[in-house]
Amino acid sequence: MAKNVLEVKDLKMYYFTSKGVVKAVDNVTFNLRKGEVLGLAGESGCGKSSLGFTLLGMPTPPGKIVSGSIKIDGREIVGLPEDVLRKEIRWQKISMIFQGAMNALNPVYTVGYQMVEPLILHKGMSKDEAIDRAQKYLELVGLDPEIVYRYPHELSGGMKQRVIIATALLLEPEVVIADEPTTALDVVVQAQIINLLKKLKKELGLSMIFITHDLSILAEISDRVAIMYAGKIIEIGDSEKIYYEPAHPYTQKLLAAIPRLHEDIDRLEFIPGQPPNLINPPKGCRFHPRCPYVMQVCREQEPELKEIDKDHYAACWLL
Amino acid sequence: MAEPILKVENLKKYFPIKRSLIDTLRGVPQKMVHAVDGISFEIYKQQVFALVGESGCGKSTTGKLIVKLLEPTDGKIYLEGRDVTHIRSKEEILAYRRRVQIIFQDPFSSMNPRFRIFDILEEPLLIHGIGETKAEREELIYKALEMVKITPPEEYVGRFPHMLSGGQRQRVAIARALILNPTFIVADEPVSMLDVSIRAEILELMKELKEKMGVTYLYITHDMSTARYFADWMAVMYLGRIVEMGPVEKVIDNPLHPYTRALLAAVPEPKPERRNIIKELPIKGEVPNAVDIPPGCRFHPRCIYAQKGLCDVEQPQLIEYEHNHWAECHLVGKY
Repeated sequence: MAKNVLEVKDLKMYYFTSKGVVKAVDNVTFNLRKGEVLGLAGESGCGKSSLGFTLLGMPTPPGKIVSGSIKIDGREIVGLPEDVLRKEIRWQKISMIFQGAMNALNPVYTVGYQMVEPLILHKGMSKDEAIDRAQKYLELVGLDPEIVYRYPHELSGGMKQRVIIATALLLEPEVVIADEPTTALDVVVQAQIINLLKKLKKELGLSMIFITHDLSILAEISDRVAIMYAGKIIEIGDSEKIYYEPAHPYTQKLLAAIPRLHEDIDRLEFIPGQPPNLINPPKGCRFHPRCPYVMQVCREQEPELKEIDKDHYAACWLL
Repeated sequence: MAEPILKVENLKKYFPIKRSLIDTLRGVPQKMVHAVDGISFEIYKQQVFALVGESGCGKSTTGKLIVKLLEPTDGKIYLEGRDVTHIRSKEEILAYRRRVQIIFQDPFSSMNPRFRIFDILEEPLLIHGIGETKAEREELIYKALEMVKITPPEEYVGRFPHMLSGGQRQRVAIARALILNPTFIVADEPVSMLDVSIRAEILELMKELKEKMGVTYLYITHDMSTARYFADWMAVMYLGRIVEMGPVEKVIDNPLHPYTRALLAAVPEPKPERRNIIKELPIKGEVPNAVDIPPGCRFHPRCIYAQKGLCDVEQPQLIEYEHNHWAECHLVGKY
């Protein structure tokens, strides 16, 4: 089995707000293997983006890592001082493709200027070397290398997203986190970006965490899938297992809510209610107030993730 | 066949682009964005007619033209046989809006944050002079909230929009449209900002209301899968024109236009076995801007089948190729 490039254990990241402590990431454990795409899915507010930022060692304030461990290529990054994180970890070991390509680029600088900054700062390259390298990566993502001299407003949404992807790959990180990389894009452009990520995965052997709320897009790229609910991973396993033999009632319901293009569906299912407030999550299983199969034990004790099949884990008392 | 509820004929909307003073003095011709460029369709009672396309194709402009938030540049709109294209007087507009309502995409910005849910729902009643006393209006508001399953209503009427979840807010938006008991509702991307689990709930609700109240919908969306689920008919728009139209199953299972094929190929499906296949899309380049429309067929610069001397010269017409199934392409059946 391929080695793990990322190992996350018992990670807790809480937001310390004036209204109380929001347990956005609560006891999350998983591994990412080399060359694999792990999909991370869940409804808005389930903590998936919070988890993404935490993995880069930069939880959004007022968030703080409370406990747990994040090991990238064997190296512990929780507790490292900010300047070490900046110099040695971020972009070099782990990088991020941000949500909303429209806003992730600075409008007053050329594309090249923004791309070469990390190369000059991190790798000590000269400006010409750095531009060369940026152009190589722009070509890799299917863009004209001349784009380094253009400004963001001259590019379309799809082109900007490609620039963001090229920038994330520039320092050849071990792990790339893609946070809703296609959400603001049109269907055709979205499919092209997914194709690009598939190609990069194949050619560069990228190890990637792909965060989205859209299970259809996730299926197009993920080897394994983790489903998050209310700050916890409630099911994780190979894509085929998750999509065709979902074990957790939440996963089952989510999948039944997707309209299919080539199938006639009489009634879509939906999940009544809404995700809980993470300041005071429900006692026991966090899904129990919305679960159709709720039992007494669900209201009292929290289920642990347990292996129900090879490499397929779920946290539910029914199993 | 019965008379259509809504009929649109050769509808056009051009937006002028700002010129500099110098350009105006020099007599540089005024440039126009051809947002909607000659579309025609009919919608029958209790039908859901989906208008599908990418951003900038003119689908939302069409919706706004229909509810008369915009004046068309040319063309006609008929509601139940009556020409409503140029109604202007306040009474006429009011009477029209009572029958034709709109649900917007973003439930976060389509409501006044300082209004309570009660005020949001009372406003249309006051504008249209429905319900003489507050108690009467309250009854109507409670009924509307119950219809969209915001229950118990008395618990919600005192709240502000920010105290509701996205799905609840969209349900209030639906209640606001329904409270006037309209015949026709334009739903402009009503679920695209919502989570998948809630999306299904809103679509189910809109479907149910169609049956219960006999509403007819124009469903504007970029999402082929929800259109398949919710709509009966579908028109695919590209750069201001309808390029294909027909019953949803026909368009999706047997697309005639190359653009429809590309759109369908781009739809992601929850089938993980597709993850290792890179399927190139049958489309080139990106959507051109709607100012300099390509000559001939406006899709030809992106079409992988385009024929020189035909597609780049001659504008194709929307033709009925099989019963009820229309397409605007020179090459239907030939590529």
